[in-house]
Amino acid sequence: MMVPRVAGAGRRSVLLLGALLAAFVAAPFFVNDYLLTVLILSLYFAYIGQAWNIMMGFAGQLSLGHAIYIGLAAYVAATLFTRLGIDPWIGFAAAIPVAAACGAVIGFLAFRFGVAGVYFAILTIAFAEFARIGFDNWNLVNASSGLFLPVTQYAHNDVWRLRGDPTMFYYVILAATAVAFVLCHLLLRSRIGYCWLAIREDEEAARAAGIDTFRYKMYAVTISAAVTSFAGVFYAFFYNNLFPEQVFGISRSIEIILGPIIGGVGTLFGPILGAFVLTGLAETLNFVISASGLDLPGATQVFYGVCLLVVMAALPDGVWPPLARRLGVSGDVK
Amino acid sequence: MPLDVYLNVAVGGVLTGLVYGLMALGLSVIFGVVRVVNFAHGEMMTIAMFIAVVAFSAFHIDPLILLVPSAAVLFVFGYSLQAALINPFITRPEHAQFLLLLAVAIIISNALLIVFGPDARSVQTAYALASFQLGPLIIDASKLYAAAAAVVFTAALFAFFRFTLVGTAIRACADNYTGAQVVGLDVKRLYALTFGLGAACVGAAGTMLTLVVDTTPLVGPSYTLLAFVIVITGGLGSLPGALLGGVLIGLTEALAGLTFTPSLKSMFAFAVLVLVLLFRPQGLLGRRSA
Repeated sequence: MMVPRVAGAGRRSVLLLGALLAAFVAAPFFVNDYLLTVLILSLYFAYIGQAWNIMMGFAGQLSLGHAIYIGLAAYVAATLFTRLGIDPWIGFAAAIPVAAACGAVIGFLAFRFGVAGVYFAILTIAFAEFARIGFDNWNLVNASSGLFLPVTQYAHNDVWRLRGDPTMFYYVILAATAVAFVLCHLLLRSRIGYCWLAIREDEEAARAAGIDTFRYKMYAVTISAAVTSFAGVFYAFFYNNLFPEQVFGISRSIEIILGPIIGGVGTLFGPILGAFVLTGLAETLNFVISASGLDLPGATQVFYGVCLLVVMAALPDGVWPPLARRLGVSGDVK
Repeated sequence: MPLDVYLNVAVGGVLTGLVYGLMALGLSVIFGVVRVVNFAHGEMMTIAMFIAVVAFSAFHIDPLILLVPSAAVLFVFGYSLQAALINPFITRPEHAQFLLLLAVAIIISNALLIVFGPDARSVQTAYALASFQLGPLIIDASKLYAAAAAVVFTAALFAFFRFTLVGTAIRACADNYTGAQVVGLDVKRLYALTFGLGAACVGAAGTMLTLVVDTTPLVGPSYTLLAFVIVITGGLGSLPGALLGGVLIGLTEALAGLTFTPSLKSMFAFAVLVLVLLFRPQGLLGRRSA
């Protein structure tokens, strides 16, 4: 059973969060390039996990096609940059309405006609696949041969154009993760948040209590899509290449949801913790496999599957709630 | 293009669609009775496809002969899966069951990838290029055999549910869970049996499909999705609806592949899904409350 965990901030939680943030700010001075990349990847998944959690964790709507928002935003920002030389932050401003509109269309189709639960999830996958095939055949964005951003050596970091070394990207995604955390916190404490929790717990009862469930579910999907869009812009400018197969693929959408599920769906800190646990374990596994000289292309995925299986069976609420109790903070750190 | 080209492609699409229908039927049976959405459906089919492909390349066994053994293997797989893994999850929320099967799906397809590698494999039967001529129609022999086998298998399944005691008991579980328990039915065992039957359907469909398409370890997700599209199009919980949906989607894909580029064809299947959700959300043969 998912229990709303919104009460009681507590000084201890604030202290722990502050210490954690300080550790993250200081981290680049102490780690090597490889570890920095792992941290960037973890924060990237922590960010998206939080965005996904708005839909599933708060409003109870399972989306399995979140890759579509990442992909759309990535392609919007990257296309504007390569074709017209428009800077990424302006591209981001253009990507938000695109992703949000896409979320609104999916939400409208589903919620208007009572498509709920797993069938809603199927619809989200169908849309992501639709986009993948569409982009695979769309010549404006170089179809399946991929869209590449020009890579040149830069003398100094340029945050405005998102060109620079990994340390800059690290701080950008760290800031984004922190902003998303605060945003989720505020959302949960607002009227919208309470309506979402009511819908998640019992939609019929929520409607009976006078909540316009259609409207609040639409808020959930559009806000989640809009928040997710930044991850797409980041992806495009961090990796400098986009292939429809890679950004829209089902496996991408699944990677997104693993962090929050392992960390704890519906909690504020769960998606962040889950992303670090999962990415850390997967990197360790990759390291062990490559050190042993084997070539096993699907091993990481099998590992993800086993993780999911174990967490689903043993810790239905995820890793964070029991850990939070152990740490003596309320089910959720604020 | 002349009309008979379209006609030929349409017939091919309908024949492939019948195999799709059998695959989707498995999903529908599992959902209708166990109320669990089998997200590992396409991946289970991939297992059957690899059984057929490996048996053919190693021993030259025709997939048509393998139909029943392969379905039996998948039956055992599905039965064990339900008994060991899913039954403890029966009382958990819908999305928890869904994610459990997602985990199973990921493990299956990547385990196949590790064992067999990423390369596409195919079955080259003696009749791979043979065809029958019927007036202006030229019917592909492989597709015809696959469709015929699918129809026979489907008929057997319908007969099982209609005329046998176990089949009746399974339908009782689907109609009224508590009632079935009250009259003393071992519901968990019947659930496992049903999941096994659904798996057998997809096993048979996968075996037949190797006659028509190539096999790679990672085709699973797209077939899972296709099965969902078909089931939602045909109507949830409606067994004839699954067949009708299969034929419709097979036909749509074939005609879209001919009119546009073949790589765009699954986009049209999704377009059909969206249209159905817009104008007839309960599916073509579904009931409103289903």
